[in-house]
Amino acid sequence: MARAVTTQHKVIATGAAWIVALLIFFPILYTIITSFKSEQEAIQGFALIPSGTFESYTEVQAQSGYFKFFFNSVLLSVGSTILALIVAVPAAWSMAFSPGKRTKDILMWMLSTKMMPAVAVLFPIYLIFRDTGLLDSRIGLMVMLMLINLPIVIWMLYTYFREIPGEILEAARMDGATLWGEIAYVLTPMAVPGIASTMLLNIILAWNEAFWTIRLTTTEAAPLTAFISSFSSPQGLFWAKLSAASTLAIAPILIMGWFSQKQLVRGLTFGAVK
Amino acid sequence: MATQQTRSLARFMMAPSVVLLFVWMIVPLVITLWFSFQQYNPLNPIRDGFVGFSNYALFYSNPAFLQSILNTLVLVGSVLLITVIGGILLALLIDQPMWGQGIVRILVISPFFVMPPVAALVWKNMIMHPQYGVFADIARFFGAQPIDWFGQHPMMAIIIIVAWQWLPFATLILLTALQSLDGEQKEAAEMDGAGFVSRFIYLTLPHMSRAITVVILIQTIFLLSVYAEILVTTNGGPGYASTNLPFLVYQKALLEFKIGQASAGGVIAVILANIVAFFAMRAVGKNLDK
Repeated sequence: MARAVTTQHKVIATGAAWIVALLIFFPILYTIITSFKSEQEAIQGFALIPSGTFESYTEVQAQSGYFKFFFNSVLLSVGSTILALIVAVPAAWSMAFSPGKRTKDILMWMLSTKMMPAVAVLFPIYLIFRDTGLLDSRIGLMVMLMLINLPIVIWMLYTYFREIPGEILEAARMDGATLWGEIAYVLTPMAVPGIASTMLLNIILAWNEAFWTIRLTTTEAAPLTAFISSFSSPQGLFWAKLSAASTLAIAPILIMGWFSQKQLVRGLTFGAVK
Repeated sequence: MATQQTRSLARFMMAPSVVLLFVWMIVPLVITLWFSFQQYNPLNPIRDGFVGFSNYALFYSNPAFLQSILNTLVLVGSVLLITVIGGILLALLIDQPMWGQGIVRILVISPFFVMPPVAALVWKNMIMHPQYGVFADIARFFGAQPIDWFGQHPMMAIIIIVAWQWLPFATLILLTALQSLDGEQKEAAEMDGAGFVSRFIYLTLPHMSRAITVVILIQTIFLLSVYAEILVTTNGGPGYASTNLPFLVYQKALLEFKIGQASAGGVIAVILANIVAFFAMRAVGKNLDK
């Protein structure tokens, strides 16, 4: 009896959850489907089976040079993440292992910089970029993205580092390890998973950043966010091409995202929910 | 023993981030503040100079200003309401025993990884387009007139898109919190005869309260500065019907070159964000102690 009820319960839960999940996923699914249709097909009403043509993909590349934007997105997200890690790892490290009286205040202050609305500094940043020739440059944007995500990177690293037990350090010291020996052989191996998770989440955030990447670029440094925004004023039939471009823009990060669900929760809640 | 040395080493290791963030926060903010008291037009520099508070007065008397503040609050409020309630329900559903839970999770979380311009354009053209969108197909199937979402209900359309982007985030975090609930407590409550509803109200909801707070706070930070979704769908229109504060500041600064007014708007945005941040920081700070 009890067993029958559980099975029935499970069947209902499975059905309901799959329906809701598919509804939520539907816009993405339909975009992928439409990307394999021809333009004529794409506007002929609702259809879930595409003819399977790749013409939209080749056209997106031929007409607008998708790969340049893709390359910029990779460069900007990975580059800004590495820059952020170079600055953040020592900071988070020292805050986690030799916290002072003001460590907590400094962490809170860092987080508060994240709350400054981007529009409030749009024009000053625009001026600074224009006058230093950084407008539409990859390095300028890379630094920009690094600064935007730096507080999150420091916080995330801090919550990971704090979990490394201090006793291990003491044991290493008793065994006569030097400071550098400690860092190289004891702490680094324990810190690598945390750093990797932080890196993953930050690449996702930088890849999807859609204010500065659109406003501070025109052609040379423009990543996929700017590329996709150029589709906002359509000319002629473009549904299949839009779908192909969208699929290409989200696919890499979507797959990365699936692998980083846990880290995402932790990183975006500043360690408050694990 | 090594304290003096490690302490100065710690300071040295922290310095680059502190200096960078300090400069990044202070310099542009000071420039914005300065411009908010200036008449400045890069295209017409004749009348430039100090003008006191008149930029604030101009920005404030602009009918678009109140509309944009209202739109900002409506957007933040509605999306929070939809995502928190929807997120709790979804988390409860996904937490049930079922087949393929991992895949369900992946499908539900996916929209969060879609960059804002893609999300907005896909909804605008594939789903909500009055002629070729899926909603129009459904409406025609039932013999109804398709809705012109962005012409007639621009705010609602944007709220739907933004809620779709953030519902996964709320669900994922609330689900994580839910799964950390002690199974024994649940069993004990069941043994004592607590039904589903009372178990939810007296056990599950209090357990999730911290996660709910975090979801609200983090989303508010991001929702206050929604930009790309408006840019690629309605462009703030029709009129100012879907212009929020960030979008109005952007229009003033980069389209109309009214730098003074835009800066005044920026300062107002900072004040608004600070009010929210005040509460946010207190809550996050409390969590840090635990």
